[in-house]
Amino acid sequence: MSEPAAEHHDPVVAFESAKLGLWTFLATEVLLFGALFTAYIVFRLKYPDLFHAEHGKLNRVLGAVNTVVLITSSLTVALGIDAVKKGKARLLPRYFGATILLAGVFLCVKYVEYTEKFHHGLFPSTNIFFSLYYMMTGIHGIHVLIGMGVLSYVVVLARRGRLSETYYTPAEMSGLYWHFVDLVWIYLFPLLYLIG
Amino acid sequence: MSAGEESGIAGNGRGYLSERGWRSWAFTLDHKRIGAMYLWSTIVFFLLGGVFALLLRLELLSPQAKYFSNHAYNVFFTLHGAMMIFLFVIPAIPSGLGNFLIPLHLGAKDVAFPRLNLASYWIFAAGFLVIIGSLVAPMDTGWTFYTPYSAKTGAAVATLSLGVFLIGMSSILTGLNFIVTIHKLRAPGMTWHRLPLFIWSMYATSIIQVVATPVVGVTFLLLAAERLLGVGFFDPSKGGDPVLFQHFFWFYSHPVVYVMILPAMGIVSEVIPVFSRKPIFGYNAIAYSSLAIAFIGFLVWGHHMFTSGMSPLANTIFSFLTFFVAVPTAVKVFNWIATLYRGSITFESPMLYALTFIFLFIIGGLTGPFLGALATNVQLHDTYFVVAHFHYTMMGGTVMGFFAGLHYWFPKMTGRMLNEKVARVAWALVFLGFNLTFFTMFIAGTRGMPRRYAEYIPKFHTENVISTVGSAILALGILVMMWNFVQGLRKGAQAPSDPWRSLTLEWRAASPPETENFHEIPQVADWPYGYGTRKA
Repeated sequence: MSEPAAEHHDPVVAFESAKLGLWTFLATEVLLFGALFTAYIVFRLKYPDLFHAEHGKLNRVLGAVNTVVLITSSLTVALGIDAVKKGKARLLPRYFGATILLAGVFLCVKYVEYTEKFHHGLFPSTNIFFSLYYMMTGIHGIHVLIGMGVLSYVVVLARRGRLSETYYTPAEMSGLYWHFVDLVWIYLFPLLYLIG
Repeated sequence: MSAGEESGIAGNGRGYLSERGWRSWAFTLDHKRIGAMYLWSTIVFFLLGGVFALLLRLELLSPQAKYFSNHAYNVFFTLHGAMMIFLFVIPAIPSGLGNFLIPLHLGAKDVAFPRLNLASYWIFAAGFLVIIGSLVAPMDTGWTFYTPYSAKTGAAVATLSLGVFLIGMSSILTGLNFIVTIHKLRAPGMTWHRLPLFIWSMYATSIIQVVATPVVGVTFLLLAAERLLGVGFFDPSKGGDPVLFQHFFWFYSHPVVYVMILPAMGIVSEVIPVFSRKPIFGYNAIAYSSLAIAFIGFLVWGHHMFTSGMSPLANTIFSFLTFFVAVPTAVKVFNWIATLYRGSITFESPMLYALTFIFLFIIGGLTGPFLGALATNVQLHDTYFVVAHFHYTMMGGTVMGFFAGLHYWFPKMTGRMLNEKVARVAWALVFLGFNLTFFTMFIAGTRGMPRRYAEYIPKFHTENVISTVGSAILALGILVMMWNFVQGLRKGAQAPSDPWRSLTLEWRAASPPETENFHEIPQVADWPYGYGTRKA
């Protein structure tokens, strides 16, 4: 089948379309997480004591480590896109590779956290706080996983020499998506781990 | 599933239909073929959902349950509702006719993301397969999935939720594709105020799809988690809140009634001026009222929950806002009627359905405020009045608009003409059957007959008999229409490129259009509604 660039004869229109499409997609993502944040607000107002008691059971150190890991991964994505724009597309696999690696670290830490909670008998069904914790971080985790897939696809494109300073749409779009995934975590971390 | 049926038609046509074989359909990137696949799929579900409705009417022929159990009745009305809503009304016009028409209307070769478009169809297909799979333990919750019952029933709620989630994803991606297409792929000279009104309505529809659907998507995920992981957001015994589910559900499901009605309004706005030979009256008013409906539609979901225990203040505000939606809707109706005024009206089948839309939608629309007003709502809530109101807007509105569109664009889509006489007979049966079926429900509802029960007290017997007879006539009308479509596909006369003397761009392409629509990208110099003035 045809490559994305070939779908439209005008590359400027293709790039602009992709950009508008991705921003629209991110708007849908905001609404998806918006429902979860709404549930958080509702239940927090209803059970302030529960939230106060339960949030302390989360591991703040691991949460903080993960925050640093994700922010760094956003940085390497930005460096990768910058490299392509400056005509050094061959550097992209290295930068994006680093991002994928960091995303893997994030998920491993998450795995450690989850197993630790399970050991202490804290499950999604334990109470509303942990329901929220698992659903919010779980759905976020799925986004991280999807992001890893998308970034890997862009690495493959770069390896095959498809990206250049004149055509870097996939790199830019995957980067936008990754920053969004990062941003969601920036909200989740204080809401779940820090505010008591 | 439908690929095989379609390849048979491909042999008759030319243009985009000339390629044969299931691969040419399953892997097509052509928006017209993808639109056709949606149309086939959704019409199948329309007929299937209709069969369930007929079964319900059959059971209601007598006050006591007679033909099947009360549980079977619950299952049937859930399937009727869920299939009609999620697999027919929501996707039929936007994804079916919209896919076919939007690039043609804009003077473009295709949508902005053709591969995403194909992916949307297959996600939709995966969704309906999952929904069919959930029939092993059929749903009995009604199409609203209300908790806490839906968290407890033995039915396959999680499976059906997943299916609806996939359908929603497909809907989001289609809406996104259309928004970008309308922004970026208009032909030279096609300014916003020269866009066909169908495009305006599809633009508003797409915005609703993109903004509302994610919320219901995550809600169904949470509902599935409720059942699979024991999460308790909506379960009062775990400290959760069932009303929160209703808020989330209606935040999507109210705006989505405008996803159902707006595209049909767009079709009516196209058909009325063509068969009145007059420029559309109030172009700007119709265009911007679509956006107004989309916007206000997001602020009124609470009117589904007046009896669910919201605060009196919230109830009052939602009631007030609900009346507001009536304004842009009425603006459209007045403009259509003003377009008809002193026009040279002819009654071809698309026009008959478009006029039926206006007639039935006025009834459906005017019975809305009875339900939007707090005082009468409490009396009419969950009676057959609601069922009648809903069907007058959705079937009398959307489905009639869909039929108008099918008859209007049939020559363009297939390259063949329909038998006009048969089409009119079918219309007469549909019109008669529809009103017999549903108008009696208004009467039964005001007399207090509650909805959703398999049995009723004998004083409602007459209304129910009339209603069931009406449903049989309606079904007959639809069968005649379908037969006419099949005959048209098989041996209809060759269609000229512009059989209705219309001015929108799709009629400049061949019937059926070539793969990339136009031989050269059209230049647009005027709006498409100059009927009776110069060219036409």
